[in-house]
Amino acid sequence: MILLVVEHANGKVSKSTLEMVTAARELAQQKGSDTPVAALVLGSNIAPVAAEIARAVDQVLVADLPALAQYDSELWSAAVAQIATEGEASVILIGGSRSGREYSPRVAIKLDAPLLEDVISLKANGDTLTAQHYTYLARVTETIESTGPVAVVTIKPGVFNPAAPRAEAAEQFDVDLNLPSPRLKVTGKTAERSTRVSLAEADIVVSGGRGVGSAEGFTQYVEALADQLGAAVGATRAIVDAGWRPYSEQVGQTGKTVQPRLYIAIGISGAVQHLSGMNKSKTIVAINRDAEAPIFKIADYGIVGDVPQLVPAILAELKK
Amino acid sequence: MRILTYLRQVLDAEESVHVTNGTVALENSKLVMDTMDEYGVEEALRLRESGSDAEIIAVAVGPAHVQDALRTALAMGVDRAIHVETDIRLDPIALSKILSQIATQEGATLIFAGGQQADWDSHALGAATAERLHWPQATWTSALELKGTTLTGKHDVDEGSETFTLELPAVITTQQGLNEPRYPTLPNIMKSKKKELRKESLDQFNVIPKLKFVSAEIQVKNRLNKILDGKDVPAAAAQLVDLLRNEAKVIA
Repeated sequence: MILLVVEHANGKVSKSTLEMVTAARELAQQKGSDTPVAALVLGSNIAPVAAEIARAVDQVLVADLPALAQYDSELWSAAVAQIATEGEASVILIGGSRSGREYSPRVAIKLDAPLLEDVISLKANGDTLTAQHYTYLARVTETIESTGPVAVVTIKPGVFNPAAPRAEAAEQFDVDLNLPSPRLKVTGKTAERSTRVSLAEADIVVSGGRGVGSAEGFTQYVEALADQLGAAVGATRAIVDAGWRPYSEQVGQTGKTVQPRLYIAIGISGAVQHLSGMNKSKTIVAINRDAEAPIFKIADYGIVGDVPQLVPAILAELKK
Repeated sequence: MRILTYLRQVLDAEESVHVTNGTVALENSKLVMDTMDEYGVEEALRLRESGSDAEIIAVAVGPAHVQDALRTALAMGVDRAIHVETDIRLDPIALSKILSQIATQEGATLIFAGGQQADWDSHALGAATAERLHWPQATWTSALELKGTTLTGKHDVDEGSETFTLELPAVITTQQGLNEPRYPTLPNIMKSKKKELRKESLDQFNVIPKLKFVSAEIQVKNRLNKILDGKDVPAAAAQLVDLLRNEAKVIA
């Protein structure tokens, strides 16, 4: 069995999960068509999530428990390792989100399995898995391989095509879990949810850096352009640190990795840490005053000039 | 108490990466302590300076050049260093086996490691080490305090951040924003030359890596590089919008 752990938010299956389904179906085919794809749903009040994912996989395992209302690495890894063992899973697919990449190493250790991290391609040949992933701040593509009865894999979001739902729904099974008590006590949360489309799922991302001048400049140029294009908003580390924008919008090494159809970088010079979070975008547009800025080297289109003049002119042009 | 801080020696972020014969070539490049790990060294020093009676041990695994990162840590103020010398590239799951054994041997109750490795882009070492030791962990920590055996702090999660408390023993993974790492001063550099840098052999840790590195390549996406001059603002704006609509076809 190939086991994938469902990522969900607000009662809905995340796009990253449907991408994992695609990876899982391909693996199942390579391993032999009788290999089932099972989805594990962890959470509290997750019936709608279970019903939704049932249309994409062969089997749904549900742990709907108050204890799972909040993600915790020790809870999640214990649950996944237990279900993987009971179901004799040969591959466990986990989302390449921050949380997925946090608890997956624990699952690998519990199962004495290799961990293939943040993969962008995945192939099975018998017991051997071959995968590619990025290294050196996303500048190098590396091929890795593991051989053995079980492997844990995290899937980079935004790479595999999301699977289409099927007409028939798979059967759902409730599972019993032996869960530990979480030791990391969460004492407060700063939820940073915006009303815009989320960065990870956006087709178009408009990002701003120091070159927008101020927090007000960000609203005036970056947010205005994003709203006009129906895009998500991104920011550089520098302006998140400066308090202009919330951390949830940060793109780069310590923030989110995105690869939209269109990435528009406004007033961003292009430090390697930022580039590592967006350099796989399909089309990159840069607007910056400094013609020597590294961002222009990876841009498909760009304008060297003043952000406060250019962005309003672009907005006016788009509204024509 | 004893604190372990794990270090990597990586390519300076400003250097370009070169691949020859399917592997990343580092021979002629500037190597530095991974900045993500540097925050851990600094944080350990700060915990001690704020009153915790701690011995701080820097640990690194890798080829001979890795000891430069350990020397830097000693000069920053850590007490001693352990270098497990090997030319074999070990994935984080394999590395965690070494780090957890050293933690046990040394009786450490707090381990720092970088949130993401600047060479292999991995997040796994901290959590894998915590799991082997049956310890809890906090990843991507951006604020930390220690009172008695209780850690309080703030760390980043999928959306936003959380404040937390955690009892020692624990693993903390560090990131930018946690602190500003200090530069070694000349007197401390001199002093550090007398500090212990112990070499250990890989054999005793009984590590059998499960991950094989096959090859590396640099895939450069060819970019169009159509860069317009923005002096004539309306013309440049019109041209860009036209290119995006009609050439790239990425907007309506």
